[in-house]
Parts: sequence; C-alpha cells; structure tokens
Amino acid sequence: MGESHAHHEKPGLLASWFSVDHKVIGIQYAVTALLFLFFGFTLMMLMRWQLAFPGEALPFGGLLGDSRMPGGIMLPEFYNQLGAMHGTIMVFLGVVPLAVGGFGNFVVPLQIGAPDMAFPRLNMMSYHLYFWGGVVMLSSFFVPGGSAQSGWTSYPPLSNIAGSGQTWWVFGMLFLIMSSLLGAINFIVTIVQLRAPGMTFWRLPFFVWAQFVTSFLLLLAFPAMQAAGVMQLMDRLAGTSFFMPEGLIVSGQAIANTGGGSPILWQHLFWFLAHPEVYVLILPALGIVGEVVANNTRKPLYGYKALVYSVLFVGFMSFIVWAHHMFITGMGTMMSAFFQTTTMIISIPSVVILTCLLLSLWGASIRFNTAMMFALAFIPMFGIGGLTGLPLGLASSDIHLHDTYYVIGHFHYVVAPGTIFALFAGVYYWYPKATGRYLSEKLGRIHFWPSLIFINGIFFPMLIQGLHGVQRRLFDGGQIYAHAQEVLHLNKVMSFSAWGLAIAQIPFIINFFMSLKGGAKAPDNAWQATTLEWLAPSPPPHGNFATVPTVYHGPYEYSVPGMEEDFLPQYVAGNVSSEA
Amino acid sequence: MAHTLGEKPNIRPYIMVFVALMTLTLITVAVSYLHLPTMEAIALALLIATVKASLVACYFMHLMTERKLILWTLLLSAVFFFFVLVIPTMTAGNPITL
Amino acid sequence: MSTTVIPYTTEIRPDTGVNNVKLGIWLFLASEIMLFGSLFAGYILLRTGNPEFGAGSGALSVPMATLNTVVLITSSVTMVLAWAAAMEQNFAKFRLYMGCTVMAGAVFLVVKGFEYSAKFEHHLYPSHSTFMAIYFTFTGLHALHVIVGMGYNAYLWIPGSKMFHSNPQQFANRVEASGLFWHFVDLVWIFLFPILYLLPDAAS
Repeated sequence: MGESHAHHEKPGLLASWFSVDHKVIGIQYAVTALLFLFFGFTLMMLMRWQLAFPGEALPFGGLLGDSRMPGGIMLPEFYNQLGAMHGTIMVFLGVVPLAVGGFGNFVVPLQIGAPDMAFPRLNMMSYHLYFWGGVVMLSSFFVPGGSAQSGWTSYPPLSNIAGSGQTWWVFGMLFLIMSSLLGAINFIVTIVQLRAPGMTFWRLPFFVWAQFVTSFLLLLAFPAMQAAGVMQLMDRLAGTSFFMPEGLIVSGQAIANTGGGSPILWQHLFWFLAHPEVYVLILPALGIVGEVVANNTRKPLYGYKALVYSVLFVGFMSFIVWAHHMFITGMGTMMSAFFQTTTMIISIPSVVILTCLLLSLWGASIRFNTAMMFALAFIPMFGIGGLTGLPLGLASSDIHLHDTYYVIGHFHYVVAPGTIFALFAGVYYWYPKATGRYLSEKLGRIHFWPSLIFINGIFFPMLIQGLHGVQRRLFDGGQIYAHAQEVLHLNKVMSFSAWGLAIAQIPFIINFFMSLKGGAKAPDNAWQATTLEWLAPSPPPHGNFATVPTVYHGPYEYSVPGMEEDFLPQYVAGNVSSEA
Repeated sequence: MAHTLGEKPNIRPYIMVFVALMTLTLITVAVSYLHLPTMEAIALALLIATVKASLVACYFMHLMTERKLILWTLLLSAVFFFFVLVIPTMTAGNPITL
Repeated sequence: MSTTVIPYTTEIRPDTGVNNVKLGIWLFLASEIMLFGSLFAGYILLRTGNPEFGAGSGALSVPMATLNTVVLITSSVTMVLAWAAAMEQNFAKFRLYMGCTVMAGAVFLVVKGFEYSAKFEHHLYPSHSTFMAIYFTFTGLHALHVIVGMGYNAYLWIPGSKMFHSNPQQFANRVEASGLFWHFVDLVWIFLFPILYLLPDAAS
C-alpha cells in the first residue's frame, strides 16, 4: 500500500510498536480491541453452550482442563469466571478501546486538521498501558482458582473473599484506568488546542464533539473507580475492611475482619464510574453514525446544534443518575425519586439525538453501502435498547426487573447491535482512509444481514425471559425454577443465534484481510465527503497534511443549492451562507 | 497569564501567602487542643483548611489570574466532586422504611 | 521517526490563551480532584454510616504531622520561587530553590517513614480498624504523589536543567506544570492533616 506516496517509508515492526503517530496507535488500538472483542465473544459462546445444554459435555471442551471443564462439562466456578471476564473484556478491553482509542485516535486529529495528537508520546503510553492491562486480565485465567468470578461489577463482599484472580482483575483495571485518563487528557487538549485555522467549535464534526464529551466522562468518572480499586486492593491484601460489613458469615464460617465497612460504598464508587461509562460506550457510536448518515444521505445532518447540545447535556447528566443501578440496596423513597427523575431527564436528550438521526433520513436519496446499512440498523436497535431502559429507571418497575435477563437484554441492545454495529459502520467507512482500499461491498452484505438477524435472535428472547423473572448469572439458565420453565426453550434459540453470529463474522474477517491487498483502490476522498480527514492522502503520512488546511464551512455542506457537485468540503472556499 | 520570560515576577504575594499559611497551620493545631464539641471542631478545622487551600490555589497556582478555559474545567470537576462527596452519604442516610 | 511539529506545545494559542502543557496538567489535576474526592466520599460514608466508628486520631502524632505540614508548605513556596527564578532567567536562584523543594519533599517522606514505623511498632496496621485503614490508604496514596512530584522536580533540578539555557520558555513551562502538580499535592495534604489528625473522635 501507499506506492503513490514517495515519502511513505515502511518502519520496522519494533518501530511501529513504539510509534508515536496517532494513526499507527489508532490502528494498534483498533486491532487489539477487535481481538479482545472476539475473545470476549468466545467466552460468551462457551457460556451459551452451558445455558443451552446444561451439564452436557462440550465436544473437545475437556481440553480446557480439569479445573474448568472436566470431561467437557463446565464447572460452576468456570461459568462465573467466563461471565465476569466476558463483561470486563467487552466493556473495558473491547468496545471502549475500539471506539475511543481506535476511532478517536485515528479520526479526531484528521478531522480537526491537526498534525497529530497534542502529546504523541503520552498517546503511545496510553496504548501500552492498555495493552499490559489486557495482558494482566488474560493472565488471571491461569492463576490458581482462575480469574475474577464476581461479575464485571465485582461487588463486595463476594469479590473481597474471592480467589487471587480478583486481585489481578483490580490491577488490570488500574492499568486500564491510567490508560483511559491519559488518553482523555490527550483528546481534550488536542481538540481544544490543535484545531486548524477556521475550525471553530461550531464547525467541528459531530464525531469530534462526541469524542470531546466522552473524554470528559473518562477523565472525571474513572478516578472514582481508581479510588474504589485501591480500597479493594487494601481489603484484599492488607486486611482492611472498607467494603466488609461486620459479622459476615461465609459457608458457615465467620470472616475475621475489623468490620465497619460498607459494601454499598463500592457500589456508589463503581457506578459513579460505570454509569458515565455507559455513555462512553454509546457517544462515540452516535458520533460515527452521525458521520455515516450525513455522508450517505448527502444532506446536512438534521439539527446539528441540537445534537451537540444534547450530547453535552447527556454527558453532564450521566454523572447524577448512577444510583438507579442501586434501587434495591435499601435506598429510601427520597433518593429513589431523585435518581429516577434524573434518569427520566437523561432520556430526553437521548431521544433528541435519535430523532435527529432519524429525521436526517427524511427526503434523502440514500446510498445503501455497507457502512450505511450498519448505521441504519443502529438507529432502531439503539432505540430498543434505550426504550427498554425506561422501566429499569423507574424504581417500582425495577424491583421486578432488577437482575433479570431483561437487564441483560436491555444493555446488550445498547452496546451490541447498538454500539458494535456503529463501530462496524466506522470500520467500513474509514477503512479506505486507513489503507487506501475499499472493503468489499459484497462480503459486507454477507456480513451485515446475518449479523442483524442473529444478534436479534440472541437479545430479544432475553427480554422475554427477563419479563418472566428469569434471573441473570444462573449457571443452569434457570432450570430449577418453576417460573422459568415456560421460557427455557428460548435458551437454545439464543445459543444457536450466538453461534450463528460468530459464523456471520467470518466474511468480515476475510474481507478485512483480503482487502488490504485486493480491495478496490480508493481515492483520497473515498466517499465524496466534506470533513477534513478526506483531504489527507490515503493512508495519511506522518504529520497528516502537507500544508495546514484552512476551514471555511460547517462540517456537513452536502447538496448545496446551485453547486455542481453535491458536496462542499470544509477545506474548500465557497459562498454558502448556511453557517451554523 | 501576563508573565513573560525575562521579567521578574512579583514574589511579595508568595511570601505573604507563606506567612498566612504558617499562621493558619498554627491556629488549626492550637484549636484542636481546645477540645471543642465535635461538630464545631469539624466545621472550624474544615473552614481553616479551605481557606489555606484557596490561598494555595489562588496564588501559588495562579488561579486568580488564570484563563476562563481552565476555570470552567475546574468548576466542572468541582461540581462532580460535590456530587460524589454528598450523594452517597445522602443515600445512606435515607434508608428504606416500611 | 520523522519529526512532526505539534503547535502550541510551548507558545500560547491566541484564542484559548493557554499552551498544551498547561491545559494538560490542569485536566490531570481535575481527575486527581475526583480521585481524592472519591476517597473523601468513602471517608464520610464510613464515618457517618457507622456509629461505632472510632476515629482514633489520638493514636496519630500531631507534632510530626504539624512538622510535615510546615515542610510541605515551605516546599510549596520554594517551588513557586523556583518558577519565578526560571521566569527571571536566574539559573543560580533556580538551582537553589528547586533544590530546597526537592529536599523538603525528601524530609516529608522521611518523617512519614518514622510515623509509619512508629505505628507498626505499636502493632497499628491498616487492618487494625477502619480509621487506620483510611489513614494508611490516604497518606500512602498521598506519599505516592509526593514521590512522583519529587522525582520530576529532581529531574528538572539537575539532569533536565540543560533546557534552562537551550529553550528557556519551554523550561519555564515545565517548571510551572511541575509546580502545579506539587502545589496540588500540598493542597491535598492541607485537607488530610485536619481530617486525619485533628478531628475529635465521633464517639466522644
């Protein structure tokens, strides 16, 4: 690749590993995160075997060892490990690094016309901290007793008395938190300081706004988890009892501790991070969908300012809704009312965003390429995810639904057919920029349609099971409960859908690697787009732009009346008066 | 900020703040030996600490003359600092009653 | 690795009024505010939520902590004087004040070390009580910050000071950023000192 650019020297593998170029780091993030996503998905496929065929031997499952699946039959402890690690890996090692580390790193400096991130070496450090955090997490599978098994939320006192894998989990998290904090600082400084001449805040592409708010969430929410992690380490290693209540009895044995701690404290600090984290998962996805929708409807994005204000408001509100995860911890009606009110309020800007994206389609002659298909699928999928969240945000209905499969169905609709579909849209959309070649549209369709069908096959039945009261985290999928009998058959539907979804990713993997060399060549502006990243050569050289670009318009000047072409790039002067 | 290289910044305020910080430290230690009632003691100690912290932030860290951009960032984190400080305790203080 | 020039690393961007380093360090401090805020939140919740909470500040040494407060405040003023010297382009003064700052950091840690070992001699470990857990966690995390700040100051003091002559503006910026971090560490201690050492027991 890159024959057309004489200045494109090919650095060695080691030099690339320690590269300070934001695009190389972005691709490192993206590839690592995709691998982690696939690994986390594999863990879930193992769990789905146990749920579909409880207690039956998985062919070749015995290879995983007697401490995990003796003779192919899964041990409950191993099921718990898979559950905890699936959540942790998908959220902290998969989606966030792909959305923020990958797309953010690669696209943001290009979209604002900057030569690189503000602190390139810090950027490299962020990636390496992330990488080693991931290595620590994965290694924990091999310590005695296995990895963390107290859920991705790691609630004490369970997590405090769990085996040493939990300590590794906390250390891994501390690495990841450091990585995210450094990354967030870098993004904010880059966006504030390195905008090209003419790139005012109201001319920033929506994706940049989304990353900007996301970075603030990472910056100000993650430290709570850092504090909680340090306290949990103290509890586990120094015998303190920050989170240990007095008189705790486990398996008939009193746990010796000083007492006086509060397990609820962990929940507060954890959710102070983890609720904004939900928006860290979704905002970059909304940003990507905004870019893809504007480009493929060939129209300005509907309600650009409303979108931006909504994102800012969502970001702020996401800090004061966290205890809606804690309605059944014995919280009184006053605080419950407070948190359900803030939760209802935060749904308003979310609906505004979704409505703007939907209205952008109105009257457009849509280009149905694969990126757009994923973006279009995102809109209703995220809609289902969001709307199913409302009953959970109301304290009274949450009593019934809490900790059931309904919750799992709800947030997976947000992050799987929601965020991950948006990330796929991003891969199809920016792949030509990163490699100079298009991904195959044909393979893209073969990837898209089965993915859409199977992913609904996984998550929709979860909502049904949850409404029947089937609890999450059950090793046997609810077999021993009378109320679950009616909906137990859905476990097989979900499991086969999950395995189907895995098969549906094969065309994507083939496409991803084949197109590196064999894809159709893409011009620099591969999609006739308006934003600055398409001015740079594909792939962009170190330093991005030959000369610093000047910005003349808002980001989405498509189909400007009276113009020959249907797009007016930000870097081209022209007399339009539709300034934001 | 208005500081330019080669010009000697006015160090008088720093010395004065230093003296004030030392004095306040002595006062807060002295007060702790008075054994005031718990609530008053806490309030007074935190008040003195807040004054000291403000002096450090305003003068040593130059927040008095700092740019709006940075002040807004700090205001934002101050708001969230307040949330994380107050809401967990409020929630714990509002248990469910039957 | 070719060199890409990042704008506004040293010079101020006119419309935002800051350079990258200063915005970066302040953002970092914002996250530090949240870190210590979360710890304090834990302290308040554990203290108010438990009627049995024995503050036990009686077991701590107020004279030693007062000494450390004085040391840290002194180091804060020498830090700002070191920055003033860097701005003024007076290398000898810079060396002197920065040296004082680094030394004061070391004194703080030594006193802290004596304090810790005195606790251990009396078998007061973090596991002794919730108060002791808070005491060791908070001061330990603070000491970690002192070490980091001292390390960077020491770097600027001797090996990094070559830049004083080669790029005085960037060097002054670095001293300022390091100073902001150092003042913040001081600021945290200003709060830790009363809430750990001076507050009376809740039970009394």
